[in-house]
Amino acid sequence: MGIIKTENLTYVYGEGTPFRKVAVDNINLDIDEGEIVGIIGRTGSGKSTLIQHFNGLLKPTSGKVFIDGDELFADKSRLKEIRFKVGLVFQYPEYQLFEETVYKDIAFGPKNMGLSEDEIDRRVRETARLVGLKPEYLEKSPFELSGGQKRRAAIAGVMAMEPKVLILDEPTAGLDPRGRDRILGLIKEYHAEKGTTVLLVSHSMEDVAKTVSKILVMNNSKVFMYSDRSGVFAKAEELTSMGLTVPQVTRVFDRLRAAGIEFEDEVFSVEYAKDLVLRLLRERGQSLD
Amino acid sequence: MIKDITIGQFFPGKSIIHRLDPRIKLLLTVIYIVMLFTASGFTGLLAASLYMLAAFIISGIPIKMMLKSIKPILPIIIFTGILNLFFISSGDPLVEWHFIKITDDGVRTMIFMAARIILLICGTSLLTYTTSPITLTDAIERILSPLKVIKFPAHEIAMMMTIALRFIPTLIEETDKIMSAQKARGADMESGNLIHRAKALIPILIPLFVSAFRRAEELALAMECRCYHGGEGRTRLKQLKTAPRDYVAVVITLIFLAAVIVLNMFSPI
Ligand SMILES: Nc1ncnc2c1ncn2[C@@H]1O[C@H](COP(=O)(O)OP(=O)(O)OP(=O)(O)O)[C@@H](O)[C@H]1O
Ligand SMILES: [Mg+2]
Repeated sequence: MGIIKTENLTYVYGEGTPFRKVAVDNINLDIDEGEIVGIIGRTGSGKSTLIQHFNGLLKPTSGKVFIDGDELFADKSRLKEIRFKVGLVFQYPEYQLFEETVYKDIAFGPKNMGLSEDEIDRRVRETARLVGLKPEYLEKSPFELSGGQKRRAAIAGVMAMEPKVLILDEPTAGLDPRGRDRILGLIKEYHAEKGTTVLLVSHSMEDVAKTVSKILVMNNSKVFMYSDRSGVFAKAEELTSMGLTVPQVTRVFDRLRAAGIEFEDEVFSVEYAKDLVLRLLRERGQSLD
Repeated sequence: MIKDITIGQFFPGKSIIHRLDPRIKLLLTVIYIVMLFTASGFTGLLAASLYMLAAFIISGIPIKMMLKSIKPILPIIIFTGILNLFFISSGDPLVEWHFIKITDDGVRTMIFMAARIILLICGTSLLTYTTSPITLTDAIERILSPLKVIKFPAHEIAMMMTIALRFIPTLIEETDKIMSAQKARGADMESGNLIHRAKALIPILIPLFVSAFRRAEELALAMECRCYHGGEGRTRLKQLKTAPRDYVAVVITLIFLAAVIVLNMFSPI
């Protein structure tokens, strides 16, 4: 059994009212430990609802959720303990900052876990470094930071809890391309350094393609597919009909392949595409000039 | 979830009650309240309840909703009922035990008061069921506007009410989100003593206030960008107009009021 497993998970908003909405429909999932998974789907497909089940914020209408082999809601007293295994970063997490200093805000989660002062201090400093916040920022008020810095401080607040699974809901929403790359970069770094399972929710295929190893595609409250990148991008047509797109570079290289140029690799990012083109040119004995 | 709280409780519909001019509806509600308080006996209350029930049925609002509106004030009804039951000592005693004395007057007053409160709540909630909050504030503005001559800020008050109503659902949603986010960071809001719980509210309240102020600032800016400068010389998209049905409704209501007054003369209590 993987670190996250669901059995016939269903969630209904507003049961018994005219606004009834099945947001998650009979989902069976099994996500392995150490994986970095992208969750994509168009707006309203149920991504946020699904991930809120993984740390017990929402109670399934029916079905079961297992974290690390433990069933959530089987024993209510253990809910908090299991919740600490799964760190959830909400969309626009900067709106949850509240402490006087960035340091205290990052320490909020670890403190709730009942850790010692020394351990809290170590974690705060380490995660601040990981998200690229300079030590002098730690003593500032979180409300003095820029938008991107706030976002990173808020992410650090969850990372400092050192969960076994880190889930981020649209961590790049509303940021400029540089801020976006920065966040995605630090997520990858965090994954490489800690080896924890990471779930990354996004609308953007481009973002997901260059960050993750496996992709979970949601459509109309259901899982359309869960597979590695090439498996998902092979279904370009179905994705388009769901309002999703395959990354531009991937499309370009698919066309090149169709046009008869031979190469083995699957292309998901522009940097990789550049290397590939240069390599292919070299192999053919052509130089760039 | 907190989102389940309905505020404004408006039930969209097309009945004649829905279509009455909101100003007239406010007036009718006032007359109805006067009716309830002039009624001095059960026959008067009966007439008033007939009036209310008829309006409810015409409006097409499920009677279930009427019961739902009573539920929150049940404690008040029970409390006043107990007070009336034990502290009215006039009339013939029904039960006497040590210092407890229950008289037939007490029982009668208890039932009478309870009936009056219930009728009051049902009638006024019919107003909010059939009138959208925005229309209602519009009507209030229009009714209060003559007071502008004595510098009463009718437009500003109505605008404040409209904005507040508009943002209640937004703030509730925001509270929900912030609560989830802090819970995910291990905030514990459900256990501990009172002081502990009050402290646990800080991580919710601070972000909520910050975002409320941010929204207020953005809204003020957006309004200014659209040249909002107060109520002076403003025209409206939806003009309130009275129709014949409004006058008919007023006449019917006045007939009921007259009936209640006449019934009072025939049956004192
Ligand atoms: N609190 C709520 N009450 C009622 N319905 C809700 C609530 N939250 C979400 N929904 C509905 O559930 C469905 C799934 O919502 P969800 O937020 O999970 O989508 P999403 O995939 O995260 O979308 P987005 O990409 O826009 O964040 C939507 O149709 C939405 O309208
Ligand atoms: Mg979402």
